[in-house]
Parts: sequence; structure tokens; C-alpha cells
Amino acid sequence: MSFLQMPDPTAARRLFLGRSGLLLSATAVALLSGRDALAAKSDAAAGHDVQILNTALGAELEAIAAYQLGAESKLLEQPTLALALTFQGHHKEHAELLAKTVARLGGKPASPKPSYDFPVQQLKSQADVLRFAARLEQGAVSAYLGAVPLFGNPDLAQAAASILGDEAMHWAVLRQAIGEAPVPSAFVS
Amino acid sequence: MLAAWMGAPAQAAPDALRGEQVYARCQACHALAADRVGPHHCGLFGRLAGSVPGFDYSEAMKKSRIVWNDATLDRFLAKPLAVVPGSSMTYAGIADPAERADLIAYLRQANGTPACARTAAVH
Repeated sequence: MSFLQMPDPTAARRLFLGRSGLLLSATAVALLSGRDALAAKSDAAAGHDVQILNTALGAELEAIAAYQLGAESKLLEQPTLALALTFQGHHKEHAELLAKTVARLGGKPASPKPSYDFPVQQLKSQADVLRFAARLEQGAVSAYLGAVPLFGNPDLAQAAASILGDEAMHWAVLRQAIGEAPVPSAFVS
Repeated sequence: MLAAWMGAPAQAAPDALRGEQVYARCQACHALAADRVGPHHCGLFGRLAGSVPGFDYSEAMKKSRIVWNDATLDRFLAKPLAVVPGSSMTYAGIADPAERADLIAYLRQANGTPACARTAAVH
């Protein structure tokens, strides 16, 4: 049975996450714990990576707000609501990693905007909310795909690629939830 | 010999429909009518880069003195950080010139709609 059809949200979440639970990549763990030597080649290089991280952080903060909107819309039924909150949780972890890394590199982490201009008037059903979320996740995949090659620090590139993978999984699951082919092509762009 | 005289095959004309698919990548951070991580795109053509009121641009973009048109967009979209170093548009770019042309065609078409005109007027 698909986890989307399971009546018990806890069981659905467990099935969705898998027996191993949520794991950070080794690089992400090192970055968060401070064990990684984030020694930039130069201040300019660090500043460049900080900008990339902060742009990504801005997008993650927007995603967190978007999922909050979806959760509070009363349009999501269980277990879809549990799924949305799980994905929001992932974005919170992404944001935490990005913000801490920006700070460790001497930068000022981006903050959430006071308000976001979401297309609330277009969200009238669960399917609308899922479609909206899927578009955001698709955008996130594209954004990280465009950002990963730009990092000066390969460890940061790897961490960003790890996040990209997570966004892609969100996108695929959401596509399936709205009745679209979950993995429509061999490559993302 | 005829092929050599003719030169390289002509590129297909820009296609706004294909461009809308390319725009899906931009929707990571942009929307036509709303400011998100990136500024809105209604009113883009002829706009001075870094000039949407209230948007938190990088200093680099504000000082770029670029006016957006087909040519400047094509150059910027190919390699954003090469054209505006220090921009917060930390995106490697769209390498395929045909995709850039399609995207620009889509942006032109979208900018020609009444909805975009209303948004541009408000901002």
C-alpha cells in the first residue's frame, strides 16, 4: 500500500522515511558539527560561497513558509498533511545547515521575509496545494543544479548536491501524489 | 559543397512555448508578478537592472548599469556571475543559446500580457 493511502500518519511517515530514518550526509554532519575545516582559499572565495549559500537559504526559508501555508490551509488530509510536514522538516534542516555554514564562513545568514507573496487565491484543493509544492520543489532542483558547480569549496558543493537529491525526491513524490509520472525524464534541468 | 556554401544550419526560431518550460528553472527564485528570492519579471524589458523598488538587490546588480533587453538578457543568462560578479543570482547559467532564446521569447510574450502590464504599472 502506498504510504499516501495509509490511515495512520505515524506509520506512513515511518514507511516513507525508511527503517534507517533521516540521515545527513557525512559532509553535512561535519559541516554542522564544525569538524570540517572550512578553510577558504581567500576571503573572496569565502564571500563567493557565502553568497551562494545565502541565496539557497533564502529559497529554503521560502519553502518552509510555503509548506506552512499548505499545512494551515486545511486543504491537506492525512496522510498527505504528514507528508507535507515531513518535507517542511527537511527544508528546516537544509536551512539550519546553510545558516550555520554561512555564519562559520563569517557571513550573515539570510533571514525569513516578513511575508511571502504566495498565490493563495489559486489554492482551492489538496491537489492545488500539492501542485504548488511540486513546482517549488522542481524549482529547488534547478536552483541547486545551477549552484553546485559554482562553489569554490568542494565540500560545500557536495552538501548542496545532497540537498538537491532530497529536493528531487520531494518533487518525485509530489508528482506521483498529483497523478503525474514521478520521474518524467533521465535528467533534471 | 552546397552545404559548405550554405554554412551551418539555421537555428530554429525562438519558441515561447519551449521557453515557458525553461522558465520552470527560473521559478526556483522568480515569478512573473511577485518578488521572491529574485525580483519579478513583469516590466523586465527596458528596466534598469537592480531597480525594482523594495527588492533587496546585491550591490553588484545595483551598480551594473545594465538595461534589460534581448541582448543583455542573453549575455547575462549564459553566465550570470561572469556578467555581474557578486550578484546574488548564484546560478551557473543556461549554456544552450537556443534555450536562452526560447526563454527570452517567453519572457517577451509574458510581458506583453495585460496581467503583466498591470503588475509592471503597480511596481
